[in-house]
Amino acid sequence: MSRADLAAAILWIGATLYALFGGADFGAGLWDLIAGDAKKGERPRALIQRSLTPVWEANHVWLIFILVVLWTAFSEAFGAIMSTLYVPIALAGVGIVLRGAGFAFRKSIESLEARRAMGAAFALSSVLTPFFMGTVVGAIAAGNVPPGGNGDAFSSWLAPLPLLTGALFVASGAYLAAVFLVADAHRAGDREMEGYFASRALAAGLVTGVLALAGIFALHADARYVYERLIVEGLPLVIVSILCGFGVLALLLGRGRRGLRPLAAGAVIAVIWGWGVAQFPYLLPTSLKIGQAAAPGPTLDAVLIVFVIAAIVVLPALGLLYWLSQRELLGE
Amino acid sequence: MPGLDALPLAASESNLLAARELMAFTLAFHIVLACLGVALPAIILTANWLGLKRDDADAMLLARRWSKAMGVTFAVGAVTGTVLSFEFGLLWPNFMSRFGDAFGIAFAVEGLFFFTEAIFLAIYIYGWKRLSGWAHFWSGVPMVVTGIGGAFSVVTANSWMNAPRGFTLDAAGKVVETEPFKVLFNPAWGYEVPHMILAAYMVVGFLVASIYAVGMLGGRRDRLHRLGLLIPLTVACVATPIQLFVGDTAAREVADHQPAKFAGMECIQKTGGHQTEYVGGICTSNGVKAAIPIPDLDSFLVGFSADTKVTGLGDIPADERPPANTLLHLSFDAMVGIGTALLALGAWFAFVWWRRRDIPRTPWFLRAVAVSGAAAILALWFGWIVTEVGRQPWIVQGYMRTSEAVTEAKGIWFAFAGVLILYAALGTIAVLVLRSMSRRWREQESDEAEVPYGPPEAAAK
Repeated sequence: MSRADLAAAILWIGATLYALFGGADFGAGLWDLIAGDAKKGERPRALIQRSLTPVWEANHVWLIFILVVLWTAFSEAFGAIMSTLYVPIALAGVGIVLRGAGFAFRKSIESLEARRAMGAAFALSSVLTPFFMGTVVGAIAAGNVPPGGNGDAFSSWLAPLPLLTGALFVASGAYLAAVFLVADAHRAGDREMEGYFASRALAAGLVTGVLALAGIFALHADARYVYERLIVEGLPLVIVSILCGFGVLALLLGRGRRGLRPLAAGAVIAVIWGWGVAQFPYLLPTSLKIGQAAAPGPTLDAVLIVFVIAAIVVLPALGLLYWLSQRELLGE
Repeated sequence: MPGLDALPLAASESNLLAARELMAFTLAFHIVLACLGVALPAIILTANWLGLKRDDADAMLLARRWSKAMGVTFAVGAVTGTVLSFEFGLLWPNFMSRFGDAFGIAFAVEGLFFFTEAIFLAIYIYGWKRLSGWAHFWSGVPMVVTGIGGAFSVVTANSWMNAPRGFTLDAAGKVVETEPFKVLFNPAWGYEVPHMILAAYMVVGFLVASIYAVGMLGGRRDRLHRLGLLIPLTVACVATPIQLFVGDTAAREVADHQPAKFAGMECIQKTGGHQTEYVGGICTSNGVKAAIPIPDLDSFLVGFSADTKVTGLGDIPADERPPANTLLHLSFDAMVGIGTALLALGAWFAFVWWRRRDIPRTPWFLRAVAVSGAAAILALWFGWIVTEVGRQPWIVQGYMRTSEAVTEAKGIWFAFAGVLILYAALGTIAVLVLRSMSRRWREQESDEAEVPYGPPEAAAK
């Protein structure tokens, strides 16, 4: 494995963690959005609020991590992606502002109307942001980003595979969020909410599965290289994802709670790495290889060192945050 | 300049201006929040420490309230900071493509610091109820360290743009070799980084103090307000004299590294010794109008001798001179002027405190403190105008023009308008939220709703 491949692996690790934790935070916003009126939505919204409050900012930093690693280690790819997909990326940026600000404001603002407006901004942008991010990933996989950048601003992402990937991002976030919230409700001893989110996890899981399947067909049509590697080199990961998905299904139907979160996470992780394996060795299939886009060696070394330090410093700190949060030692 | 010739000039110039305005506006908005992220933790922990050490309930209450306010400002800062990192790519894709390999290294380091800060900030802000006093205090200390570390990394990235080092270009202008340490510790970091960190402490110290000064002018002269004024004001007043020293050094270094920027700042037209220092005025190619001239002072400030030769704009090729010379010059003067006024305010405070352990009795002192926060923010903005406009037309001094870096994407003016509206709403609501928090604190109500917008009876609680 070359240093460039290692840097790409770091990028993928960041993407995985963002998809898991950031994705779940977006998904929680979706459940908040469709939780119904104030009376009906009170309890799920309270649970979502409690679960998200201490951790969403830390989870959001994975996005910064991805951006920084991409522009440092693979600056050409970064420039190409940004100068082509600026429309969905800018829209995702707006969504990030509305989501974060809406969430931070809605509990501190006075009037109920304003609070609702802030909540709506948070919840709606929690759906739109991952959708636009998904279209970016789909457009990259479809090979719609020319290596020199300045690809078509609209046809690059307003296409079946990118739009489908956007939907898949939204659904998988909702799926993860529901599963995590089942576990949170379970720990809090809230039977009603546990059941509430279990049925939603089930529904979201099925939708995610169907979208993932449709995604394979879309890859077949629009991203042949990725498709062919996915069904050969990526096959073990596809199988792992499917098995994990069925495991979650079985646990939800059988009211099992142990292993629920790892299995749901496993299903998503396997898809992300399946995608990585499928487009290897390309960063932009099939025009820009990882090795071609990579920064000079010392820059890659710096990225690797930063990652090692992050693993030593940030991950334990993040573990501490989650641990405190799960033990209900953090709250307002 | 391959990128430049490929475009019709008018379109690219319009795009360049739009992109620069958008970047400037979003940076100006974010930098205030970034200052809060860098310096507020230290001020909060000072109050927290006093509270624990002296069993001072007022100090503890201040720390707790400030940390709640920081929860709001940090959230807004996190998202506006994300917007900036998007903008690097969206507005300046050619810059990032070509120099991301070198420039990016500082941001990789910044990622580490920001991550750690976000984590401990969450633990600290949400740990008030259930973590024990000192454990909770120590959970906040990493915020101070990471805030400074984060400021170092971001500002060193900017100083690299002013004094780029640590990379080798091939014939096509592509970065083929890098030296990360030379990137991180470029010649400009040593003055830019401390200048900005001190600025953050000044801005936040004066800003928080100004809020309490307004309260005291409104008749709330309890111990809580006094302490709320004293703690941040002391921090700011300690930072200010150091800042003037660092700033003075910075100006000399700029004269050395970026003579065009310095000549613009000081409106110097002709290279030579015995340069006049102009205070205020309008810069023209025929000299400075309506300024207060102080003969020889500029040369003296640069080299401690009236004979010191200073480069004038006349010796800089026309297409390498910074634009908007008067803006640059007046921004520089305003920054220095405000800094000097704040120094005087600090000296007044220190003198009276030394004599009678109290703040000056006259309401004029509180009035001065009340405007000091806004003044410090203005100085901060003026400083960034000086460093950014002063570097133009370069994005990477001597290596890449901003016009080469800018995106070809259409609709930047449109995006700018959208961002103006979005940020206006964001800023307004943030201020309203902070004000409503402080009103609720005064009325001793519960701090926040348990459920964001549950049924009215629950929300009214």
